[in-house]
Formats: sequence, structure tokens, C-alpha cells
Amino acid sequence: MDEGLKIELGKQGVLVTTIQELYNWGRRNSIWPMQFGLACCAIEMIATTMARYDLARFGAEVFRPSPRQADLMIISGTVTKKMAPQVVRLYNQMAEPRYVIAMGACAISGGPFKQGYNVLKGIDRYIPVDVHIPGCPPRPEALIQAFMTLQKKIDGQHLTGEDRPRHLNSEAQGEFPVPVFGEHDLEPASNPGVWPVPVVNKSANS
Amino acid sequence: MKTVEEIKSAIEAAVPGAPVEIAPNPNPALPHSLRVAPECALAVAKFLRDDEELKLDFLSNVTGVDWPESLEAVYHLYSVEKKHGPVIIRMHTVNRTDQVELPSLTPIWRSAEFQEREIFDLYGIVFTGHPDLRRLLMWEGFKDHPMRKDYREPDDFEYEPTAHDEVLKRAQANQAVAAGQKESGAGA
Amino acid sequence: MSDTQSHSAILADRLEGWNRPTAIVPQNEGELLEVAMGPHHPSTHGVFRMDVALDGERVIRLRPVFGYLHRNHEKIAEGISYLASMPYTDRLDYICPITNNWAYALAVEKLTGQAVPERAEYLRVILGELTRYQNHASSIGFLIQEMGASGTPLMYAYREREKILDLFEELTGARMMVNYMRFGGCRVDASQGWLERTRKVVAGLAGFADEFDRLLSTNEILMARTQGVGVLRPELAVNAGVTGPMLRASSVNYDIRKVDGYGIYSRFNFRVPLGDHGDVYDRYMIRVLEMRESIKILEQALKEIQPGPVMDPKAKIRGLRPKAGEAYGRIEAPKGELGFYLISDGGPNPYRYRVRPPSLINLTVLEDMCLGVNVADVVLIFGSVDIVLGEVDR
Repeated sequence: MDEGLKIELGKQGVLVTTIQELYNWGRRNSIWPMQFGLACCAIEMIATTMARYDLARFGAEVFRPSPRQADLMIISGTVTKKMAPQVVRLYNQMAEPRYVIAMGACAISGGPFKQGYNVLKGIDRYIPVDVHIPGCPPRPEALIQAFMTLQKKIDGQHLTGEDRPRHLNSEAQGEFPVPVFGEHDLEPASNPGVWPVPVVNKSANS
Repeated sequence: MKTVEEIKSAIEAAVPGAPVEIAPNPNPALPHSLRVAPECALAVAKFLRDDEELKLDFLSNVTGVDWPESLEAVYHLYSVEKKHGPVIIRMHTVNRTDQVELPSLTPIWRSAEFQEREIFDLYGIVFTGHPDLRRLLMWEGFKDHPMRKDYREPDDFEYEPTAHDEVLKRAQANQAVAAGQKESGAGA
Repeated sequence: MSDTQSHSAILADRLEGWNRPTAIVPQNEGELLEVAMGPHHPSTHGVFRMDVALDGERVIRLRPVFGYLHRNHEKIAEGISYLASMPYTDRLDYICPITNNWAYALAVEKLTGQAVPERAEYLRVILGELTRYQNHASSIGFLIQEMGASGTPLMYAYREREKILDLFEELTGARMMVNYMRFGGCRVDASQGWLERTRKVVAGLAGFADEFDRLLSTNEILMARTQGVGVLRPELAVNAGVTGPMLRASSVNYDIRKVDGYGIYSRFNFRVPLGDHGDVYDRYMIRVLEMRESIKILEQALKEIQPGPVMDPKAKIRGLRPKAGEAYGRIEAPKGELGFYLISDGGPNPYRYRVRPPSLINLTVLEDMCLGVNVADVVLIFGSVDIVLGEVDR
């Protein structure tokens, strides 16, 4: 329906909408994150929930400690290989619809600690990530921007068709395999279904 | 506080037969350290902690160092009662491969407990007499000792889109191995 | 070369001076309940795990598990230059980046013999004491939140912290990871306007400390839950290498600002508060009193600071190759004694770079303090140790 007509009708007191708009409006305005802070970015995440950069006005009213009651996992901080199985396990325990924000350079790709033997080079090797926030640490405003980006993404999800969200798609993968501790590294080193291994540029001039 | 030479003679007087040498520090930032043989380290440590003049009751820092010939543990001692320090003692292992035991000083100073566990985890020095010698920072099944200079990191970041230098060489070697396996798999 | 007689005497002594906690016998028959508190837990300050074995509600055994944030800081530092390690030190104790930078700069300055100009020393003291203030406020806020106060004291503490972070951002360009100290001074100079704004903020800090005191220190729930809980004896504290407010709460007078007198701390007139009992309430009160002492130091430093250079123009920052040898630089960080032990072989990278983590060593006595108490008290005792995982695991 034409937007102008909708607004005119709205002025007359008639609300015209679709199920998809209503459904997505409800979902995006009440995303409850999980209380999951790993490292320094967690301090900025806490600062975002405090009185100055209040995140609760965007719908993130309470940070739930339990993954069963949360919608959003903000991976804030470096994911180490020792912690990676727990992160994937927690992600598996969250109920659909669930979203992941990778906050900070460490969660995206290992960040400044990329040369570390114990650092996982990005959490998107094992679980799908919806929004990435660069920064070390990103400012609270950046986290709010990421939150709004996630809300826009949820708004744009169609309920039927190819791009419908995972909880309405019976063939979508729900359980992601949890890595185990090997003798020298995690096994497997990444989840090929989630993270396509980049091809190395073979020319020596790069 | 006494100088390093005086401490050395005090130790030799109190603990007879304890070989103690002075390991010089070319930089004036820290005093010279005392190199203690592992067999009598516990007796020397007890003397340093209980002696009336020194009263070094506070172990501040235990460090592991990887030298080409051996591994080393360095202890920084201070005194909270007398407010002086530091006195630095060091112990070397025999070699880096199989004789890597050193006596644990945890019975004398409890603060060595976690720090010696960390040195065991990262360097591989086995501290005999430690109450609970397990890995501290890496997971239980981990096999290597990562802080050693000859540790080779796992191949998990050579899949870089902009690889160069060493990383590129390792990635090309890995891809050659993977291609070879595919060929032999297809041929067989 | 020790004969068998002295060796067996050593063994006998070893068992006696062990300092391990005596085991608690469970009251009832049956198995113990083994609970892993963490690594994802609302009350552990970061990814830290405690394996507790419970008999009902009483703790019989507690074993901490670390390493969930082990980011290989020391190994990375062996491959990069001295200056390039400075941003990594920000990320050690990520609530107080300034003091981490200071400890590292102190260690390298000892190694190279570099002198620091006076204005830089004053700026270091001002920023360091501001950091100490906001760290203690946040720490008390987190402790009270774990007691069940649902975040209100934490909100107040973070309100003050935001004011201080605004000052940091204006001076250094970043709220948290400031990367401000250099070997031989500070990176940029502070303008007169910044000093005026700092004076205004410091004038308000005393009022906030009073507010905290009035609201919390005589609160009966706080007193009932924290007095007598988690007592740490002074002899055990010294032997276990505990430093910082936890040591002073056990009535041991050891503050590195007074003992070593690094920087220009000998010029300032401040006291070192000591606790009487060594319980959680004393540690809380020590932090409140240290906040007030920090305000005193800040007022004196802001009055005495004079214009001048903040960096020695002949100081070599890039391409630094210190003389071969070792150095150990330590400061009184808000969490305890933070030290950097550097072994240089004359090259551009350190041969061995070691961080002495106060949080890890303060945790040595966690099991001692928690045996026999209820699980709810474990959370409080752990919160009163005030650790930061970036420092514990490096």
C-alpha cells in the first residue's frame, strides 16, 4: 500500500499494516541481550547501559544472564581458544530468533592479538554473525549504531521466501558444532559451513 | 640493606656447602642477582626469609626465561617488614630437553604457587614439591610449551587474503599439501 | 652438596611451613555438589571459573581456573619493539590503562636510564590518581551490585567515571585505551583549559565520595553481609604476595608509593589507610578512604604543576635499543603491585618481557578465604579481591 495513503489514513485514526510489519516491529523493539562480556569491550558495553548512553531506551531493557531468555549475544572482547567452545555452546543454548553482534576488533578477526597462539581469529569462524562493530574498543555510540543496524535488519526480514529468518525455516541449521580441545589447537579449526576459508593470493608481490 | 656480596657471604655462612654465585647485571637498573644451585635452593630460601637482618618475606615475582642452553626461573624478593629490596635469585635447569626439574619454593613463599604453575605451563619446567602442578593458562590436553623460543604456532591464520612473507610461504606449503592429498585421493 | 641430614630436616620443615588451608570436613554424609561458577556467570568479573565443591551451602573446596582470556601478551611483546608494546599494556588492566602505561614506561626508563621532565611527572600523577579514583568507584559499584543492589551504586560510580573519561578523551584522544605515556615523558602536553576543567572535576569528586559514604558505609545490609566475612590474616597475606588495598586492609603498611617513592610521590602529603580486621568490609572501606587520599594528592598536584616540556627532546623513542641487562619497574596500581620485568639483549625487541599481575597473585588466597562460608559469600569475597581478567590471564 502506498505510504502516503497509510499516513493519511493514520491521521484519520485508521491503522493499516501488515502482519510482517507488526511482527518485526515487536521483535526489533524488544531485543534483550545476554550479559556476556569477555574483555575490555565489555566495559564499554556496560558504559552503554549506564545512565549516559542508555541502551534501555532502544529496547534492550534488561541484560539476561541466562542464554535461554536472551535474544542477542554481544561478543565483546577477545575470544580465546579456551573460551571458544563455551561461546558456541552458549549460542546453541539460545532460543531462536537469536542474533550475534561481534563488538570490537578482537571478536571480528582477532584484533591486536592476532598473532597469539591462544586467540581465536574471529568468532565468525564458528557461529554466524549479524553485525560487526570495528573499534578497539568501539565507543558506546558505535554500539548503539550497531544496535540500530540490527533493528533495521530485523525490520527488513520477510516472513516467507528465501530470506526468511532461521526460526521460520525448518531446514536451517540450529545446532552449531562445538569445537573440542586438541593437542595443539582447537579441532576443528573453523566451521566451513559458517566461514568460507579465504583463498590465499599466490602472487609474492602482495 | 646489605650489598649483594654481603648477602652471598651471609648465605655461605648460614647454609654451609651451598654454591652461590653472583650473576652480574650489565645494566645498572637492578642489583646483581644470585645464582643458586637447585639442590640447596630450599635451604637458601628459608634462610633468606627468616634471617633477622634480611627478612625477605615477600616474593614479588617469579619469571621463567628461555635461554639457548637451559631454562631459568628468576625470583624477586622484597621485605615488607624492613621495606628493602629487591634481592634476585635465579636457578637454571640442566638442559632444555629432558632434565627440566627445579625445586619449588612454594613451601617458603606461598605466592610462588600460581606463578610456578604458569612457568610449568608455558616453559615446561617441572617444579618438584609443588602442591598442585597443573597447567594454569592453557587447557589440560595441550601438549606444547608456548613461550619457548622454538614453539611453532598452529596454522590458523595463514588463510589471509593479503598474506605476505612467512605467512605466505606457510600458506603456499599448506595448499600444496592439500592439493597433493586431493590428487592422491582422486587417483586412488 | 647438601648431606642427607640437612635434606631430611628440610623436608620436615617443608610440611610445617606449607601455609595451605586446613581441610573442612563436610557435615553430612553423601556426595559433595560440584558447581562450576563460570566462565559465563553474572558475578565473575569477566571470564573466570571457580570449581566449588559444596556441602549444602558451605564451600568445602574451591579451585580457580584461569586462561579464558590468555591473549599471549608476553609472547607478542617478544616479537615487536618496546614502543609497540605500549598499546598492549593498555589492555592488561583495562579499567586503568594509565597506570599500566606508567609501569611499563617506568621499567623501560630504568632500563635506559632516561630522566623524565617535571611537568610530565606531575601529569602522570594527576592522571594516575584520577584513574585510581575511578577504579575504586567502579570496584565498589560492582561489589555492591553483586550484593544485590541491582546496579544503582554502579550507575552512580559510572556517572563519575564518565566525567573522568571525558578528561582523558580530551587529553589523549581515547576514552579507555589511552596509550599516553612514552619512555621519558608523556605523549602530548595538557593545555591550560584542560587543567581548569580538571580542577573543576576534582572539586566535585569529594562530594561524590561523601555521597557514597553516606549511602553505603552505614547500610545495615552491607555491614551484616561483609563484616567478618573473608578474613585474611596479615602473615598469610604477606607470604602469599598479596598487594594493594587487600594487603592494607589486613593492616600491613606497604604502599609502593611510599616505599619506593617512584616519580614525585615523595613531594605529596598523603596518608596510607590501614584496616583492622581484613574482612570484606575493611577492603571496601580502604577503597573509599583511598579515594579521599587520591583527591588530596590531586589537589596538591594541580596546584603545584608548572609549565614546561613534557618530553625530553633528546629522548630516543623509536629505534630504541637499550643496553643489555635487566630492569624491574613496579608501581602501586589500583589493584596492587604492577611490575614489568624486562630482559634486554641490546636489540630492538625485548628478550623477555614479563608482567607481574597483581590480580593473579591476589587470587592465591581465594581458597583460604572462602573455605567454610556460604556460596553467596564467595561472590562477595571474590568481588572484594577486585580482579580484572585482562591482567590475570594477560
